[in-house]
Amino acid sequence: MVDSSRNINRKIGLRMWLSGGWLLFLFLATLFAPIISPHDPLAQDLFASRLPPIWMDGYESTYYLGSDSLGRDVLSRILYGARIALLVALIASTATCIIGATLGVLAGYFGGWVDLVISRLVDIWMAFPPVLFAILLIAVLGTGLTSIIIAIIVIDWTRFCRVIRAETMSQSAMDYVASAQAAGRARFGIMVKEIFPNVLPTIVVLLTLEMGIAVIVEAILSFVNLSISTDFPTWGGMISEGRTSVHQAWWVIVFPLITLFLTVLSFSQLGEGLKDRFDPVLR
Amino acid sequence: MTAFLSIRNLSISLQNGERILRSVNMDLARGDVRGLVGESGAGKSMIGKAILGILPRALKIDEGEILFQGKNLLNLNPRELRKEIGANAALIPQDPLTALNPSHRIGRQITNRLIDILGWSKSDAVKRTYDLLDEVRIPDPKRVINSFPHELSGGMRQRILIASAFAAEPKLIIADEPTTALDVTVQKQIVSLIGEMQSRHGTTLLFVTHDLGVVSKVCQSLSVLFLGKVIEDTSVSLFFDNPSHPYSRALLTATPKYTDPNSDLIPVSEKILNSVKEEVLRLDREWSNGR
Repeated sequence: MVDSSRNINRKIGLRMWLSGGWLLFLFLATLFAPIISPHDPLAQDLFASRLPPIWMDGYESTYYLGSDSLGRDVLSRILYGARIALLVALIASTATCIIGATLGVLAGYFGGWVDLVISRLVDIWMAFPPVLFAILLIAVLGTGLTSIIIAIIVIDWTRFCRVIRAETMSQSAMDYVASAQAAGRARFGIMVKEIFPNVLPTIVVLLTLEMGIAVIVEAILSFVNLSISTDFPTWGGMISEGRTSVHQAWWVIVFPLITLFLTVLSFSQLGEGLKDRFDPVLR
Repeated sequence: MTAFLSIRNLSISLQNGERILRSVNMDLARGDVRGLVGESGAGKSMIGKAILGILPRALKIDEGEILFQGKNLLNLNPRELRKEIGANAALIPQDPLTALNPSHRIGRQITNRLIDILGWSKSDAVKRTYDLLDEVRIPDPKRVINSFPHELSGGMRQRILIASAFAAEPKLIIADEPTTALDVTVQKQIVSLIGEMQSRHGTTLLFVTHDLGVVSKVCQSLSVLFLGKVIEDTSVSLFFDNPSHPYSRALLTATPKYTDPNSDLIPVSEKILNSVKEEVLRLDREWSNGR
């Protein structure tokens, strides 16, 4: 018994350490980007264009991951790009989570017409193709960080709502809810004090998954140039720019892709790890 | 004299019109222990739920009264009902595995109710919790109070639920098949614990079960329910000596005898089931004609 629980802890440990470590690194990168970046991410230097990373022939010593066709340093741009990525991930997913989870818990617990209204709204909402919806929204709102965040909230709250509603419904059917009701607790109190703590692990997992999704959506929107202006380096923008020179300078597209991949993976793994931490039965 | 708890003509049906309870009548005096017996789906749990005001949303009450200490519970608004029930009644639920909130520690689950709903002071509530755990014979209460439900066995959890039900000295306790989810050896202990707690506290107890053996141990009177209809309402001694309804007689013969492994299992005969069903359907027709 003791041994097996320790085993679980160790497994959680490694996964949490790796994903948490990567995210912490990115977070620090966003804070200290001006200090640790070897170059100005926007400075162009046509004499230093398409330099390869430092382990290949023809490198230059301060361009660790090479440079793009305008001679901008890839590493510096990735570090600065993390600012936008993480900012969007945190703000957009938290807002999405608050809106979606609140509506989901209300629909799942109160049922009846509350559920009917919210569920139909979700159904209708989900019938729109999400990326087109986002592009349409940004066309209306104009480009910029706020628009991206709003677009992500508007597209993705339904995901939270659906899952949290289902989880709340299954918790509401448990005997402990009936006991609390028989004990004279008010409905709202039951929702907040009895059911919410049991839905929280699911919310946390969804939240971290959503952070990964937000990073991807932001990258997609910058890829199609609907994100913030090209004055700011973004991972999606770098991927988009690197596409044209992928045969001559593969590093311009590959390094931002790897960064994006690791970040999204880390968010989802962190979510899984947190779920195990939060779940009282596995804890 | 009005009874302590009196159910008059209670009819409950599903939203689609299917009847769950058919004009149920039942009277309990203060301190009574009544068994509520019936097969699965007979609606026995629904009576308990109706009293406590925790009927599933899919059900509606067609008519009837539930008089509790002279007040008709069905006429109270949700707020008044919560107050009345919260202070005077409690539930011992069926499944100890889901009846405790997995996110809260045991101690908190018992004290919270006393503190938040009944306004006790924290120290009183904690002291009361220790006394109760002692009373239901939980070893090492200090450790149990700081445990999460999943760390305890089913029997332990059911003891905790019993302690919790008696916490506020309710006048009425509804035990909704409290032993169904437990294994046989534990069932016995739990049944005698409930009986013992009841006689010490003088609580009125409505014991919902399908186990006639349990009824014979703890109850003084019983109601037999079939298809949501009370078909026999009598004292325990009369019932076991001489049940009046053919279904009750068949139910008694159907109970397996543990002392004789060679005896055949005798199911309740089709003939009796059909005759009761017909009777019930006839009543349904009269009922719907009357509306």
